[in-house]
Amino acid sequence: MQRINSYEEFVQIKSMIESQKDSKARIISICGGAGCLSKDGSNLVSLFRETIEKSGLSERVEVKLTGCHGICSFGPSVIIYPEEICYLKVKGDDVKEIVDETIVKERIVERLLYEDGSCGKVAYLKDIPFYKKQTRYILGFNTKIDPTSIEDYIAHGGYSALAKALFKMSPEKVLEEVKKANLRGRGGGGFPAGQKWETTRNAKSDIKYVIVNGHEGEPGAYMDRAILGGNPHIVLEGLIIGAYAIGASQGFIYLRHDAPNLKKNIETAIDKAKKYGFLGKNIMGSGFDFDVEVHLDIGIFVSGESSALMRSIEGRIPEPRPKYIRTSISGIFEKPSNLNNVETWANVPLIIERGAEWYSKIGTERSKGTKLISLSGKIKNAGVIEVPFGVSLREIVYEIGGGLRDGKELKAVHFGSAMGGSIPREMIDTPLDFDECAKLGAPIGAGGLLVLDETDDILGLVSYFLDFLSTESCGKCVPCREGIRQIRKLLSKIKEGIGTKEDVEKIKEICEVQRKASLCALGRSASSPIETAFKYFWNEFESRLTKEK
Amino acid sequence: MSDLVNITIDGKEVKAERGMTILQVAMREGIEIPMLCYHKELEPYGGCRLCTVEIESRGRKSYVVSCLYPVEEGLVVRTRTPEVDKIRRLIVELLLARAPEAQELLKLKEEYGAKGDRFDKEPIFCVLCGLCVRYCSEVKKKYAISFVESGVRREVRFIPEIAKKECPTCKECFPLCPTSYLQALYLLTQAFCSLSPSQEIKG
Repeated sequence: MQRINSYEEFVQIKSMIESQKDSKARIISICGGAGCLSKDGSNLVSLFRETIEKSGLSERVEVKLTGCHGICSFGPSVIIYPEEICYLKVKGDDVKEIVDETIVKERIVERLLYEDGSCGKVAYLKDIPFYKKQTRYILGFNTKIDPTSIEDYIAHGGYSALAKALFKMSPEKVLEEVKKANLRGRGGGGFPAGQKWETTRNAKSDIKYVIVNGHEGEPGAYMDRAILGGNPHIVLEGLIIGAYAIGASQGFIYLRHDAPNLKKNIETAIDKAKKYGFLGKNIMGSGFDFDVEVHLDIGIFVSGESSALMRSIEGRIPEPRPKYIRTSISGIFEKPSNLNNVETWANVPLIIERGAEWYSKIGTERSKGTKLISLSGKIKNAGVIEVPFGVSLREIVYEIGGGLRDGKELKAVHFGSAMGGSIPREMIDTPLDFDECAKLGAPIGAGGLLVLDETDDILGLVSYFLDFLSTESCGKCVPCREGIRQIRKLLSKIKEGIGTKEDVEKIKEICEVQRKASLCALGRSASSPIETAFKYFWNEFESRLTKEK
Repeated sequence: MSDLVNITIDGKEVKAERGMTILQVAMREGIEIPMLCYHKELEPYGGCRLCTVEIESRGRKSYVVSCLYPVEEGLVVRTRTPEVDKIRRLIVELLLARAPEAQELLKLKEEYGAKGDRFDKEPIFCVLCGLCVRYCSEVKKKYAISFVESGVRREVRFIPEIAKKECPTCKECFPLCPTSYLQALYLLTQAFCSLSPSQEIKG
């Protein structure tokens, strides 16, 4: 590994790596997502390696443990390149057959293929309905690269955007491109990232920070983990480009304490990026200095709230502080600090590489690009997907998601986890769009989509989210802490059939005060699931209210 | 840029120094705003939310806590509107379920027409204003008392090892407590963790 000192050297090293990669004719890519690993995925890697070695194929076959392939319901997933043959629910016993048949004899093992009633057996990834309808600009790397290999990423175009930004564009031009692309924050708020960058860029300070919010903690959300686990370099590259545009020389990546593997993965990536000269002093000889550190939380959901996160990085208790001065002006140690979510950063190399004009053709008028969605609940194909904004929720649930399990009817889709809402099946044709979904009461949030069937109880779901927030909030402000306490008590009464109309009014009053007077975004939107449930599923509450007075 | 800004507070046009909070201006003007977690020696906390006021800034109406919101040119503040009262009333009611006998809450209950029995009681006799915790860390720098747990489980606890050494000769947080909880907690800690009075002499 050699340090890169100029644009020309980058181009040279890139083509050198590409030519080395060509010599490996075949790749066996094994999903290393949490779901697949728990189903014997890690064992598969050593089995494949042993079998390949025994068969004397090591020279022309590479076995890779990659990030999440996305098709979690059918894991462990194994993909054979260059054909991109997709084997699902692979077990240790299948390894020898795959090697003998597919690698040696170039024949397909039919019994391990995807199959459903509408399309029969499908051999290639691109033809599987789950993948066919997706647009995997970010997740596409996951099946192809080893997250611990920076060369894999470079061979697939990695760090080209950084080289372009540093040598062919001014910081102003980079900022302008991101603004023109209308990249909106993927972490929940949907705030224009370029605008936020500009605020930090224009803030007067000699020190500025850029931060990756990788604190993904809400139930049913695992998009960021899929990116960081599968390709940490794409986030790192986006962050370095952002730092260049903003004028920051220090970055932070903030993660959950219970994700030690991700931390290791990212630290490996940082280490390798440094060796190539993509990080540190005088990056690729451009004169730009930038470094990055990984920080872990102390364990509650609210740590991911921007002001709490910044306090945590300072070494203090992660409690939100009221943001009457934006963190983009006064954040970590009172210095201008630009915080974006993992997925937001991962979009940056794409925008710089292909241009804002190309990027802004994807999506709807006000929501550009693609969005990662994690599908969970009563859906057949649970997993992580990437789709362009503008596809309908119907396409997501029925075409990509394969519809509901066990032949059940759809009742509702829930977006935004504990701070989102459930909308009824009549609204299934709503397009995936920040504003359209928020208007209906199901803000996309970070992108966790939960599918409910006819047997699911809305009150049960609402209680579940409130239980989650009751201990995952900090407890600092009264409307959130005491409000959640009392809403839970009142809701329990209703569930038991002893709640009254007056109890409902009390809940509504607490919700209103929480929304207006809570300290942070968690408190202000803690009431979202129950308020949306009142709006669309009122009959389920009403039917359980006591008839007595 | 001038260091003075013009703001309107409850219909009265006043000048205020840039950097002042709404609460500081209100106090100077003799306008009463309720609060439980504010203390002039401590960093504003924004936890009790009782000092919430209505503001109008650049044509937009919103609710902010006056202990933290910095004044700006042209800011319009209303400290008592039906909406503000509604927020404060509910906060008082929620807190009365936790500290039913706290004198300050009983006064606010009268002022805002709150009911003491609207919500199911779960008394711990503490309103979690954090005055004791923050005074001990910010002013005394001793960290003898702390919040423990998160969310609805949050409580205040003495750290016995530190309290044993520091508290017998200090106790400056006692008069700050808006309820009788702190002293009771101290006695309990003393009983269970042997913060023995003999330590007091040695200091």
